[in-house]
Amino acid sequence: MPEKWDIVIKPKNGIFELNLKELIQYKDLYMLFVKRDIITQYKQTILGPLWFFIQPALTTIMFMVVFGGIAGIPTDGIPQPLFYLIGISLWNYFSGCLTATSTVFVTNQSIFGKVYFPRLISPLSTITSNLVKLGIQFLMFIAVYIYYIIIGVNVSPNIYLLLTPFLILMLAAQSLGFGIIISSLTTKYRDLTILFTFVVQLWMYATPVIYPMSIMSPQKQFIMSLNPITPIFEAFKYATLGIGTFTIGQLLYSLVFTVVLLLIGIITFNRVQRSFMDTV
Amino acid sequence: MSETAIKFENISKQYRLGLVSTKTLSHDLNRWWQTSVLGKDDPYLKIGEVNDRSIKAKSDYVWALKDIDFEVKQGEVLGIIGKNGAGKSTLLKILSKVTSPTTGRILAKGRIASLLEVGTGFHPELTGRENIYMNGAILGMTKAEITRKLDEIVDFSGVERYLDTPAKRYSSGMTVRLGFAIAAHLEPEILVVDEVLAVGDAEFQKKAIGKMQDVSKGEGRTVLFVSHNMASMKSLCQNGILLENGMISYRGKINDVVENYIKKSTDIFSSNIIDNVTWQKHTFHIENILINNSTKSSLFLNNNTKTLDITVKGNTEEDIMMDIAVKFRDKDGTVLATYSPGLYLGEMYDVKTGNFSITDKIKLPEIMSKGVYMLDVILHRPMMEFYLKAPSCCELVTEGYQGKFGRSLIYADEGFIGLDRVN
Repeated sequence: MPEKWDIVIKPKNGIFELNLKELIQYKDLYMLFVKRDIITQYKQTILGPLWFFIQPALTTIMFMVVFGGIAGIPTDGIPQPLFYLIGISLWNYFSGCLTATSTVFVTNQSIFGKVYFPRLISPLSTITSNLVKLGIQFLMFIAVYIYYIIIGVNVSPNIYLLLTPFLILMLAAQSLGFGIIISSLTTKYRDLTILFTFVVQLWMYATPVIYPMSIMSPQKQFIMSLNPITPIFEAFKYATLGIGTFTIGQLLYSLVFTVVLLLIGIITFNRVQRSFMDTV
Repeated sequence: MSETAIKFENISKQYRLGLVSTKTLSHDLNRWWQTSVLGKDDPYLKIGEVNDRSIKAKSDYVWALKDIDFEVKQGEVLGIIGKNGAGKSTLLKILSKVTSPTTGRILAKGRIASLLEVGTGFHPELTGRENIYMNGAILGMTKAEITRKLDEIVDFSGVERYLDTPAKRYSSGMTVRLGFAIAAHLEPEILVVDEVLAVGDAEFQKKAIGKMQDVSKGEGRTVLFVSHNMASMKSLCQNGILLENGMISYRGKINDVVENYIKKSTDIFSSNIIDNVTWQKHTFHIENILINNSTKSSLFLNNNTKTLDITVKGNTEEDIMMDIAVKFRDKDGTVLATYSPGLYLGEMYDVKTGNFSITDKIKLPEIMSKGVYMLDVILHRPMMEFYLKAPSCCELVTEGYQGKFGRSLIYADEGFIGLDRVN
């Protein structure tokens, strides 16, 4: 007498299980998490959302002084504020998502330990709420952009502009993929988090944020383009500002890397989320 | 025929003890080598290591749950009872998908909603209203459902005035009431509740138990209930299971399961009354306590015994005025009767420094019901000070009064005493 069961709880599920139906079922919770993340960031602050502008502005000024001025690193012929702003905004997004996702189990252990909802909702909501922040910083970028157009500097976007949403998506996917894989380690071995924060800081220097790819020798450029987010940054700069060093090949490499990373990430995530409450 | 709502098949849960040390990596590697490469069984899943907290574990692995096999019918309200550490919360965690079982599987029909903690997901910066949506969504409700029930939830919790204030301003009582109000309005087919009724003040507890009664009896949901409050378990549940060291040791009607549990936790049958003394004043030294001339802590009263003689022998370092108080309690701890002439008659013994031996004869009610009662013995000066406390020191088993053609009264149904008629 075969009975139809709605819920089956087993020790192991399939290696690759992306229960999309369940994720959609919890879409309200996802939206609430996004809302909560955004609200709590600037509740009870005087300046509130203005901080989303101030941080990149101050960092840009600092970069201009230190890297542009003292170190004399060129910026591909683009006005320094524009160059740094776009790099900083993209990097803030990537590193923010990555850091949050890589500690998702440890940060949420109290809530994960009491109730079930698809664990993927947590990092997904972080990626979304950080998008809002990115959007605001992008607005600032546009404002500065318009200023430069008015005063007659030769910067213009091109057809690759259409690619930008897709580039953001790739960036988000990579931060998610890397974050998940790291999180499966940090739940067990907490000191990896410290090591990892350090690695992220170094990563910024291995990405064309402060400097353009064009100042590197071809061999160094090749090594740099092994960093899967490098092509994304350069392509974004090319699309919006007209100058950037990348090839379609590099972009494709980045794309393939993203897909494989996500696959591995999801497999790892599925395994970790079932057992992490026992080891966190 | 009622259908099965939940089926537990061979559920076990293994935990590793101790901190994660460098041994872990070698354990993991060893385990991987043995199972994947050599194709042998997992060397760490040994049989037999049971989760008994009183014994220091020999190996590093422990079975928090072992071979759990049972079914819950639709509409059944099942109580899960056990000592701390028996595996109750682990079982609920597995059912709530917070952690996964090591072996076995669970099959269920309908939605499962778990209440393992009140106020899960509450964020102090969000307002009460925002937290209702957050908590409700975390528990599995959709936004539409929450909006529909918002008024009921606010009404039940009594925080209407503070709905738009951040939750960090709430008192702990308000947080608990709000958390429970949200959870109480869940409408799952299967509800799992873990000791949440233990929080809150008396008024809240009353309200919470009332609501649980509505949910379990009125709405016909399947409920799995864990609590240490035997009285509420008995009033809410029909059946129960007793967990001991991670295994089911008894399953049946709730009253039987509770009795079984209490019997196992109060193991005083073979000892003497005097072994159950918990406190004495430093100037007071008891030598022996006898009830009906027996020092043993279990006493049988047949119907012809109408008096309870209690003798206390000892030594006091100072002159005291002493009353011998005996309280009769039922198995849940409710006080049924008190013998304390010093309290209500003002008559006490004037005991001078030195040895003493005093016997009091208690007149038992004529018509007493059949049952098992616990006696507390307290030696004190009423309203002034205590000399000795021996709570639950003796178990009294009574045959029950049976006159003429009648039958004896049963405590559970008819209470402690039967009243006589004026002729």
